[in-house]
Amino acid sequence: MTWLAWRQARAQLAIALVATASVAVAAVIAGRTDSTLRLWLSVLVVAVPGLLGVFWGAPLVADELESGSFRLTWTQDVSRVRWLALRLAVAGLASIAVAGLVSWLVTWWAGPLDHVGMNQFGSFDSRDIVPVGYAAFAFALGVLLGALMRRTVPAMATTLVAFTAARLVFRLLARPSLLPPVTRALALNPSTTSYGSSGFLPLMPAPSLQPAAPDLPNAWITSIAIVDGKGNALTSSELASTCPGIGQGRGGGAAAGGSGHMQAPQSVVNTMHDCVARVAATYHEVVTYQPASRYWPLQWYELGAFLTAALLLAAACAWRVRTIG
Amino acid sequence: MNNAIEANGLGKLYGRRWALAECTLTVPAGQVVGLVGPNGAGKTTLLELAVGLLRPTTGTITIGQRVGFVAQGAPVYAGLSVADHLRMGQALNARWDAGLARRRVRDADLDPRQRAGRLSGGQRAQLALTLAVAKRPGLLILDEPVANLDPLARRDFLDSVAQAVTASGEGTTVVFSSHLVADLERTCGYLILLAGAQVRLAGPVDSLLAGHARFQSLDDLVVAYLREIPR
Repeated sequence: MTWLAWRQARAQLAIALVATASVAVAAVIAGRTDSTLRLWLSVLVVAVPGLLGVFWGAPLVADELESGSFRLTWTQDVSRVRWLALRLAVAGLASIAVAGLVSWLVTWWAGPLDHVGMNQFGSFDSRDIVPVGYAAFAFALGVLLGALMRRTVPAMATTLVAFTAARLVFRLLARPSLLPPVTRALALNPSTTSYGSSGFLPLMPAPSLQPAAPDLPNAWITSIAIVDGKGNALTSSELASTCPGIGQGRGGGAAAGGSGHMQAPQSVVNTMHDCVARVAATYHEVVTYQPASRYWPLQWYELGAFLTAALLLAAACAWRVRTIG
Repeated sequence: MNNAIEANGLGKLYGRRWALAECTLTVPAGQVVGLVGPNGAGKTTLLELAVGLLRPTTGTITIGQRVGFVAQGAPVYAGLSVADHLRMGQALNARWDAGLARRRVRDADLDPRQRAGRLSGGQRAQLALTLAVAKRPGLLILDEPVANLDPLARRDFLDSVAQAVTASGEGTTVVFSSHLVADLERTCGYLILLAGAQVRLAGPVDSLLAGHARFQSLDDLVVAYLREIPR
């Protein structure tokens, strides 16, 4: 039985390994001078688990159901569940191996650039061990969706959407609190605090004071809040009454009648400075973050979470395959 | 158990349509059984319930022996070679007669290196039959095995079924379905007529014909029973 699972996985595995080797050779030849290449390799590590789920996971059962070959395979002495277990094991381990290899190669290649470059948490999803968890999860998700939908192409599309959604939800809601974050209270610094808003258009928050990020090397800052002694956040009406006219003053560019970024006039800078100083009398800044030392624990926890989810999905696959008919 | 198949109050519901209803049936062991009926009569449903591909909505179905099954259309893996299929049969089964499988492949003129996707309909049916027979099953179930074959391949296939049964000895039961009585006439000793999701007639061909002396052939008998079903 292991032979059949291997026979049906080996061509795909060969293609994946050849593709990985080509990328590795190309990256080594190109060298570490090109920073766009670093970005593209990170994108590749993020994409590979999804591709494995779509092209290896989704067709695994769906193809059998769609082509009718399940009528051949499921009427032999080996039970359906055992057949599924071995196919999941062989193709699932192959997925894990491919994602692990790609991540390891990119982590190695980009190591010197990462070291001098940006924050280590900036490339959390595309380095080290988490891609292995994503691959196992995407693969099992694909198999389950294929077994439920019974048609290969719709299952492939749904797998891509569901996997992307699961990753985003985990990234936004679960990862920041996988370990209780550390908070630090700081006085508001009038020289480094600005006014504005950051976000994407549909979710653009109302403008408010934006303190500069504190110097916490390699830490992952998840939020910076401005609160009073009781922990109440600074509201926009409170800000407006403390600093009348904030946000209505023209910026430097507009005042000079031009466009683009220009030095703000000294009067605007002074107004802003006074405003922040008045706010700082009752409010302070609270930084919530995961310290640099949490990088590896968070990698392990996230790997564990996705591997656990993959096992649960595999169990659901077994239930589904048992009950088809 | 002296019966190859026992069904009791067996029914299968698809949505709001009964593909098979209130089916109570015994198939004696050691017979070549023809399951005949018009398209959509429930033949495939009955056979797939028997091999466990489907689960009954009502009732039970019990099988006395290990089953070798050839599904409708003789599905195989297009990307695997003939030799790969034999190896697969060996890998998936507790009992496997590799010598018989090789012999049958040779006799049917199949090239072991040929990919199954490039076989003709008749060759694919022979490969599927080989996989089913090499398990050395006590019960061989074939669902419309000759439906898509030309007359010559049809004859060859039915002959090789007969040979396989002779080779495997007395106790083997064969059940095969067809919507053409002519396919069954030469080979079957026992007939089950299924129409409108129900069993209309079941018994040894000889006694069915003896009991209805006015019919010259099995064909006439079957057609007469089909006409009686209100449309």
